[in-house]
Amino acid sequence: MTDQDVPNTQEPIAGTVSDEVVIDITSLNKWFGDFHVLKDINLTVYRGERIVICGPSGSGKSTMIRCINRLEKHQRGKVEVDGIELTDNIKKMDQVRREVGMVFQHFNLFPHLTVLENCTLAPIWVRRMPRAEAEETAMRYLDRVKIPEQASKYPGQLSGGQQQRVAIARSLCMEPRVMLFDEPTSALDPEMIKEVLEVMVDLAESGMTMLVVSHEMGFARQVANRIIFMDDGQIVEQAPPTEFFQNPKSDRTKLFLSQILHSET
Amino acid sequence: MERPLHIVHEKARTLPPPAMSVGLVRWLKDNLFSSASNIFLTFVVIYLLWLIIPPFLEWAVFDAVWNATSRAECWDTADGACWAVVVTRFDQFVYGDYPKSERWRANLAFILLFVALAPVLFDRIPWRRYLVGFSISYPVVAYILLIGGLGLPEVETARFGGFLLTIVIGITGISASLPLGILLALGRQSDLFIIRVLCVAFIEFIRGVPLITLLFVASTLLNYFMPPGTSFNLLVRVLIMVTLFSAAYLAEVIRGGLQAMPSGQYEAAKSLGLPYWKTMRLVILPQALKISIPGIVNSFIALYKDTTLVIIIGLLDPLGIGKATLSDTTWQGLSTEVYIFVAIFFFLCCFGMSRYSAWLERRLHTGH
Ligand SMILES: Nc1ncnc2c1ncn2[C@@H]1O[C@H](COP(=O)(O)OP(=O)(O)O)[C@@H](O)[C@H]1O
Ligand SMILES: [Mg+2]
Repeated sequence: MTDQDVPNTQEPIAGTVSDEVVIDITSLNKWFGDFHVLKDINLTVYRGERIVICGPSGSGKSTMIRCINRLEKHQRGKVEVDGIELTDNIKKMDQVRREVGMVFQHFNLFPHLTVLENCTLAPIWVRRMPRAEAEETAMRYLDRVKIPEQASKYPGQLSGGQQQRVAIARSLCMEPRVMLFDEPTSALDPEMIKEVLEVMVDLAESGMTMLVVSHEMGFARQVANRIIFMDDGQIVEQAPPTEFFQNPKSDRTKLFLSQILHSET
Repeated sequence: MERPLHIVHEKARTLPPPAMSVGLVRWLKDNLFSSASNIFLTFVVIYLLWLIIPPFLEWAVFDAVWNATSRAECWDTADGACWAVVVTRFDQFVYGDYPKSERWRANLAFILLFVALAPVLFDRIPWRRYLVGFSISYPVVAYILLIGGLGLPEVETARFGGFLLTIVIGITGISASLPLGILLALGRQSDLFIIRVLCVAFIEFIRGVPLITLLFVASTLLNYFMPPGTSFNLLVRVLIMVTLFSAAYLAEVIRGGLQAMPSGQYEAAKSLGLPYWKTMRLVILPQALKISIPGIVNSFIALYKDTTLVIIIGLLDPLGIGKATLSDTTWQGLSTEVYIFVAIFFFLCCFGMSRYSAWLERRLHTGH
């Protein structure tokens, strides 16, 4: 593996990781019917960490991060977010979800609302923020993802890259403590991937705690302070990026890296 | 053989469309004379229209009689339509047996109906926020005006008839069945087993029974369940049955819309911390209802026309008035005129609903 394989022009970002635990997952097990999709997952995320999760398709990456805001229920083990254990208590789950932003592969913007309304919906109806204040916040984040001029358009009138940046702004408007990204660039055309990654790098630099499922290895190098490799429902390996790329321990990681880095060029 | 390499150095100019592709001539050519078979069809249709329309106009307009006191007088005057029957009985067709001195109340309620509907149907009218308050209180206003209260003498609902009765049943049924239909559709998808089963049972039962049966039940059977002495107004019973009937159909139409919603919409709403009812109200229903507009309006139109079934349990809707008119010996034999008149009323109402729904769909289109 050479630097030619991974375009990496930027220096890795420095970021402060505190010792405050934000997410604590212990012995997490999940089944879809008979299918054991997550097998004994243990993961602790500290404030300010940027974690990139990779692994072959079907290895359970999405399911794992969806367990963090309880879009999926786990059957065994424990997931704690900000000290709140995830249970069937709906009120508490809504409370957790307010603090955990999520960005999806297919954006999932609300097509019947304008970009601005997409961004103000949750602050107004969940945080009970006055409309004027919510709009001000929304414009600030739209500015930050570099599309303030699209505020009054509908999502259907935007390109994929723009839609994904709106989706990021929409999550940020709730001022979450953690952001989850599930393959945020895999549905995008190559020329749009960059604009979304730039926004995410910017977010990482601001100190946001991020869990990103992604196969953008250049991004991982630049942003992650830890890379997690999953296979077959397990966390196979986790390490800081330099170690992960230069000195992968398990054979499965090596195989995966060789495949993904080749297909990238 | 090798192809020569072709390279364009200059940017292509943008040109206006060629003149032929716009205008009336073009439209005629595209739609009526585009091919031999199309030309043939166009002439066949023109011929048929020529056969039908002139004689009809002669009958309905040029040879028609507007003023006469009986059918005999009509037929002595000309051989066209005898609209005199409709003119003479017009008040009955509109109000039924509603007392003459109180008819201004029905008129006022009718005018206010439009004031109440406007802010619900159109989102860009001035003072909408205040008018919506009026829309919400309109049922009470209409009740007091039509039935009595606050010093207005009472009018028995048994005296309601004609278009007044149709509009009362139609509007009440439509505005009550939509929320109920939405609740049933949501209930049918509920995670709670009991709610789901109750909703499915209700919907399937109502859909499996003809409306006439329900109306008979309304007019007779309900009395057995009521404690003796309570007289439950027949019109109210009819309103309840029509509403339940329509709600069951609406529930199925709306369920279709709900099923078309991608799971990503629910997930995005959840991940923002929106609770269930807010998710439904702000994210899911606006989209699901929009998809369902054609089906919903279809149900509304069906409901509106089904109001004519109340004739069977003795209420005098426009058809009932028409029947009564035709059994009067002075006007016997004018069923064509009477039924055309009633048909025009229903057509205008239903066509209006249909146009509104088409407009609403365009209005809600957000380009995706
Ligand atoms: N809702 C579901 N029901 C049943 N099986 C599922 C469901 N979601 C995911 N799976 C299965 O679980 C496995 C892991 O899925 P996922 O977490 O989406 O993997 P990844 O994101 O790593 O590609 C896959 O085999 C997938 O088919
Ligand atoms: Mg996935």
